[in-house]
Amino acid sequence: MATQQTRMLGKIAVAPSVIVLFMWMIVPLVMTIYFSFLRYNLIQPNAACSLMTPGVMFDEASRCIAGFGNYKFFLTDPEFFKAALNSLAIVGSVLLISIVGGTLLALLLDQAIYGQGIVRILIIAPFFVMPTVSALVWKNMFMNPVSGLLAWVQKSLGFAPLDWFAHAPLTAVIIIVAWQWLPFATLIILTSLQSLDEEQKEASQMDGATPWAYFAYIIVPHLLRPVTVVVLIETIFLLNVFAEIYVTGTGGPAGNMPFLVYQYGMIKSNIGGASAGAIIAVILANIVAFFLMRMIGKNLEN
Amino acid sequence: MARAVSTRRRVFMSVLAWSVALLIFFPILWTILTSFKTEGEAIALPPKFLFFDWTLENYAIVQERSDYFTFAMNSVIIAVGSTALAMLFAIPAAWSLAFAPGKRAKDLLMWMLSTKMMPPVGALIPLFLIFRDLSLLDTHLGIVIVAMLINLPIIIWMLYTYFKEIPGEILEAARMDGASIGKELLFVLAPMAIPGIASTVLLNVILAWNEAFWTLALTTKDAAPLTQFIASYSAPEGLFWAKLSAASTMAIAPILILGWFAQKQLVRGLTFGAVK
Repeated sequence: MATQQTRMLGKIAVAPSVIVLFMWMIVPLVMTIYFSFLRYNLIQPNAACSLMTPGVMFDEASRCIAGFGNYKFFLTDPEFFKAALNSLAIVGSVLLISIVGGTLLALLLDQAIYGQGIVRILIIAPFFVMPTVSALVWKNMFMNPVSGLLAWVQKSLGFAPLDWFAHAPLTAVIIIVAWQWLPFATLIILTSLQSLDEEQKEASQMDGATPWAYFAYIIVPHLLRPVTVVVLIETIFLLNVFAEIYVTGTGGPAGNMPFLVYQYGMIKSNIGGASAGAIIAVILANIVAFFLMRMIGKNLEN
Repeated sequence: MARAVSTRRRVFMSVLAWSVALLIFFPILWTILTSFKTEGEAIALPPKFLFFDWTLENYAIVQERSDYFTFAMNSVIIAVGSTALAMLFAIPAAWSLAFAPGKRAKDLLMWMLSTKMMPPVGALIPLFLIFRDLSLLDTHLGIVIVAMLINLPIIIWMLYTYFKEIPGEILEAARMDGASIGKELLFVLAPMAIPGIASTVLLNVILAWNEAFWTLALTTKDAAPLTQFIASYSAPEGLFWAKLSAASTMAIAPILILGWFAQKQLVRGLTFGAVK
């Protein structure tokens, strides 16, 4: 049992981490909320206010208070609806691809095969490629409509080459992101499969379980936990996909929520609008997180 | 007793697995191959797979033109600096949560996990303005602090799962023998904790190396790491595939090698200890 002394020391030891994480979470958020109620533009700080009706209020830095104006503006921007849908499409499609594909791949790698170690290394590799590299390599060397490798394959098969980023930018982004996250799902599910009790395998074989029954009653329940974890982790990262959209220059057509907020703030210098957008993004992410955490909580309890 | 697998089945499965693996790995292989081609050969159709004039000139040109080493050095500073800083915070925290847990230890851990749920864009605008006012934009200090904060929850969790595996009885035995807390930490706990700490360091270096939201938003030149270096190839140099490939190969090679060593730790770290 921990003594009085260690317990005291324990509190002191954990405090710095709790404090910095709390500040990291709360300070920017409070500032973002505050900015979201201001008419605040970095390029034309004063011009923005003249648009306001008389009777406008100012804060100490003489920035005018916009009330819910920014929210109204952001929510009625057609780009918002598109960005929210794109966010969902990216998360949904990549999750589907990585879980279905990852399970199949993991089952394949779990078989007796020659050179399993090398196969595993080859498959996990894309996960270690930095997002800006994978985005540019795919965009140019694979998806270029003239000399890209995919165009060449399509032409060789007698199809017209597809100009990915002109005609299917969202699909292109999804392919790039899925290429990075499929290996992750595979690795997690494979690790879990390999921890499956050898005795359980043998017992089921001795009982004469068919391969199908073995899959349905032993493997599937066993995989519930790793798949849950994959869903949780990937959702966190996939909601925040940014580099792949930023460096491919896909912009609007495939832009998700983070990209739209970035555009508002960094390109249009509309701090108020960007902050309102960020708060909306946070709320949407928290709705997703709420359901996720409940699901995870149930699955990880044991 | 392991069941003997028929050779035919084994060959079939192997061929299938190798085909899929090569397909998934192909973009990386293709990037590496292209980096040794001339620009003309890089866009040649039909594509040249192995029979081209192998050349190193792209590597020379890339280094000459964009100062690869400055960017690489910045990546190293960010990855190593943020990891070292994070460890200063995380090791005491994980020790506390594992060995001297208060009543709310579990809640604290879940809360730390939940901070990862916060989308970075929620903090982008204020952080950009704070950094601008404190002159932290495009500085090593600024980006190291941010890289440390975004990975801190993962690091604490990962260390916690490792520390949890160290039997508490050993510590108690040491205490019974009259060891002070300082001695207990230094001579009993530290030797057993080192492998876990090493794995955590490795994972965090990888995560920080590849981080591409904050590095793109908060650095431009002086503190810009390789993520930014590659992004600068998006246009118009992106059209020069051989050079893009050489730059890409240099940017991903160190982490591919580290990553292959870190596979197992990666699973534990990124799943918050739920899958080992």
